[in-house]
Amino acid sequence: MSEAPAVGTSGIPCREECLLRPGNTNCGGCGMSVGLRFLGEALAEAGQRCSLVIPACCGIVTAGAFPTTSYGVPVVASTFASAPAVASGMASVRDLNGETDQVICWAGDGGTYDIGLATLSAAAERNENIIYVCYDNEIYGNTGGQRSSATPPGARTATTPSGKPEQKKDIVAVMAAHGVPYAATLSIAHPEDFRRKLRTALRLEGMRFLLMHSPCPTGWKSEPGESVELVRLAVASGLFPLYEVRDGERYRINVEPDGTDPLEYFKRQRRFDLGRIDIDEVRQACRRRIERLRALSERFPIGAEA
Amino acid sequence: MPLELVTGNHAAGHSLAVAGEANRSARGVVCGIYPITPQTEIVEFVARFPFTKGRVVPVESEHSAMGVAIGGSVAGARAFTASSSNGLAYMAENVMVAGFYRLPIVMVAVNRTLGPPWNIWVDQGDTLMLRDFPWIQLYCESNQEVADTTLLAFRLAEDHRILLPALVAMDAFIVSHTQTETDLAPQELVDRYLPPLELPHRIRPDDPRTIGGLAWPAESLSMRVEFDEAMQRVPEVYEEAREAFLDLFGRDPGAAVQPFACDDADAVLVATGTIATTAREVVRRRRERGERVGLIKMKMFRPFPADELVRLLEGADRVGVLDRNYAAGIGGVFGHDLKAAMQGRRDDLLVQDYLTGVCGGDVTPEMIDSVLDDLLERASAGRPVWVGVEAPEEARK
Repeated sequence: MSEAPAVGTSGIPCREECLLRPGNTNCGGCGMSVGLRFLGEALAEAGQRCSLVIPACCGIVTAGAFPTTSYGVPVVASTFASAPAVASGMASVRDLNGETDQVICWAGDGGTYDIGLATLSAAAERNENIIYVCYDNEIYGNTGGQRSSATPPGARTATTPSGKPEQKKDIVAVMAAHGVPYAATLSIAHPEDFRRKLRTALRLEGMRFLLMHSPCPTGWKSEPGESVELVRLAVASGLFPLYEVRDGERYRINVEPDGTDPLEYFKRQRRFDLGRIDIDEVRQACRRRIERLRALSERFPIGAEA
Repeated sequence: MPLELVTGNHAAGHSLAVAGEANRSARGVVCGIYPITPQTEIVEFVARFPFTKGRVVPVESEHSAMGVAIGGSVAGARAFTASSSNGLAYMAENVMVAGFYRLPIVMVAVNRTLGPPWNIWVDQGDTLMLRDFPWIQLYCESNQEVADTTLLAFRLAEDHRILLPALVAMDAFIVSHTQTETDLAPQELVDRYLPPLELPHRIRPDDPRTIGGLAWPAESLSMRVEFDEAMQRVPEVYEEAREAFLDLFGRDPGAAVQPFACDDADAVLVATGTIATTAREVVRRRRERGERVGLIKMKMFRPFPADELVRLLEGADRVGVLDRNYAAGIGGVFGHDLKAAMQGRRDDLLVQDYLTGVCGGDVTPEMIDSVLDDLLERASAGRPVWVGVEAPEEARK
C-alpha cells in the first residue's frame, strides 16, 4: 500500500519503515513489543524485507482488528500449530522466484514449546530457510495466563494455582539437537547482543531459531516499568543464559552471569510464592547449567570469525 | 492421445503434476505431502515429478501438509495436497483456513472409512465430515473422471469469480488402486487449459497487510457473505470450465449432476462415486423390462446443486438415495441434504435414504435391485435403511 496515509486515525504518524507501528494495543512492559522493534531495526539496517507468519498468540492480536494492521510488513496468521509449515510454503515460493525477503515466524511459547513443536521440529529437520523467533513469556498469556512447558518451576498460573511442579523445557537444546545452523537466546536487557544475533541470523541461511525472554507484566504479575530489569536479573543470575549454538555443535556464552542471586528475580514478581521455592535448588541448577554451557563453549567454541 | 493403463491414484498424481508444471512461468508450484493408505501413491507420484519450478515438501503430518499448501498459495504459487480418512480429520483445522482465506488449493481425497475400528476401505464419511467446510466438493466415478476433474478443479478454483479451494474425491481401492485405460492429459494441452496462476490477493513484501487477524463481527460477516456469493457462482463457472475442457481435450469431464434415463422416470436413484456405475447398469436392465426408473449421479456436493436436482426430478414422485456414509443419528448425508433441498419445492416427493456399502462393503447389482424394489413399493419415506447388513450373530462368526 504505497499510498498509505502519512497520519493514522489516531493522529500518530504511520512510519512505514516500522515493523511494529505506533498505536498498537500491546500491554505496557510487553517484551514482545521491544523484540519486534529490534527486529524491525535489524531488518532496516540489513536492507532486508520480510513477511511474518504468526500463529495464535499475543503477536497476532498485536496486529489489531481488520481492516487496520499494526505491522508494517505482510503478516499471515496461521493456525496455532502451523506457523513453520506455512512459512515453509511461503519460503519455498520465495526461493523458487529468486527473491531474498526473509520469512520469519513470530510465535509465543505455547506455539513453540507445546502445540507447534512437531511442526517446528519437522521444519528444523528439513532445515527450512526461515527464521523462527519465539518470544517466551513462559505462560499462555493470550488466554489469560495458563501454564506452558516454558513456565518455570514454582510459578503460579491459572492452571497451576499452587505453583508449577515441573522444570522448564530446554527448547534451545531441543532445537540445537536438530543441528540447525543457528540457535540463540535473546534478552531485551542486552540490546547489543540482541542486535548482533539478529544480524547473524539475517546473514545465515537455513533454519535459524531465536528464543527471546519476553516479560509479560500481566502474567508475571510484575510492574511494567521493571520488565527490562527483570530479564536482566534472569541473565545475571544464570536463570536465562545468553548463548548461541552453531550447527548444533559449537557454543558461545555471550553474557556471563555476574553472581547475582536468583532470589532477586523471584522477589519482584508476584507469580512466585517464595515460601514454596527451594532457592538452594534453583541456585544449584543455575550453576550446573552455566558450567555445562561453559564446558561446551570451551571444548567446542564458535570461532571469533563467526 | 495414447491411453495408459493406470490406477486412479496415478491418474490423480499425473493431473496434479501437470497442473503444477503448467504454472512454471508464474510463481511456481508448492505441494505439502504426507502419506496415508490408500492415497500414498498420489504423493509419491508428485514427489517423483521433475517440476521445472516447484517444491514438494514432505512434512510430518497432514495438518502441516495443508499448512505448506496454505503458505505456498498465499505466496502466489499453485498449491495442492492429497489425503484420506483420519488424515483429513487431522488436517481439518487447516482445511478450514484454506477455504476462508479463499486460496484456490486443490486436494485429491481418497474416500476411506474413518476409524475406529481401523478400516482402509471406501466410505465417504471422511470428506463428508468436511461437508460444511468452505470447499467445493466433487465426487468422481472412474479413473478418467478423476484425471479430468482434477484439472478442471484447478481451473474452477482459480477463476477470479470463485477463488475457493476444491476437493476431488474418489473411492478407495475401487478407483484408487484399480488400473483402467486412462487418457492422461499431455502437458501442452494442460498449459493451454490452466493459465499461469495470478492470485489477486497474494502477499507482497512491500504491501503490509495482515491476513487472517482479528475482524469484528460485522466485517467477518461481510466476508462470509462474499464467500457465499462465490459459492453460488460455482455451478455456472463449473459449466464453463467443463465446456472449455471438452473443446480442448475432446472429452466431457462430466456435468455437476449427471442424469441417466431420468426424462420420464417415476422413481429415481441418486448415487455418487463408483456406486453410480453399478446403479446405472441396474437401471439400464430395468428400463429394458419397461420400468420407468432413472439415475442421477451427483458429482458436485458442495455447493449443493439444489436447483439442478429439482429440475431433473420434476417428473418423478420418489427418489432413493444411495449413501455410502453414515452421519450419526441422521442416516446418510446426501439423502439428508436432498431432503432439505426439496423442502418447500417438492414436498410431494418421497425421498428414501439407503445406507449402502458403508465401511467399505461391496455394493452389488442385487443390492441395488433390492433398493429399487423397496423404493417402488413404498407408500411413504421412513428411517434410513441399512442395506447389506449381516445379522450381528452372523458377522461375529
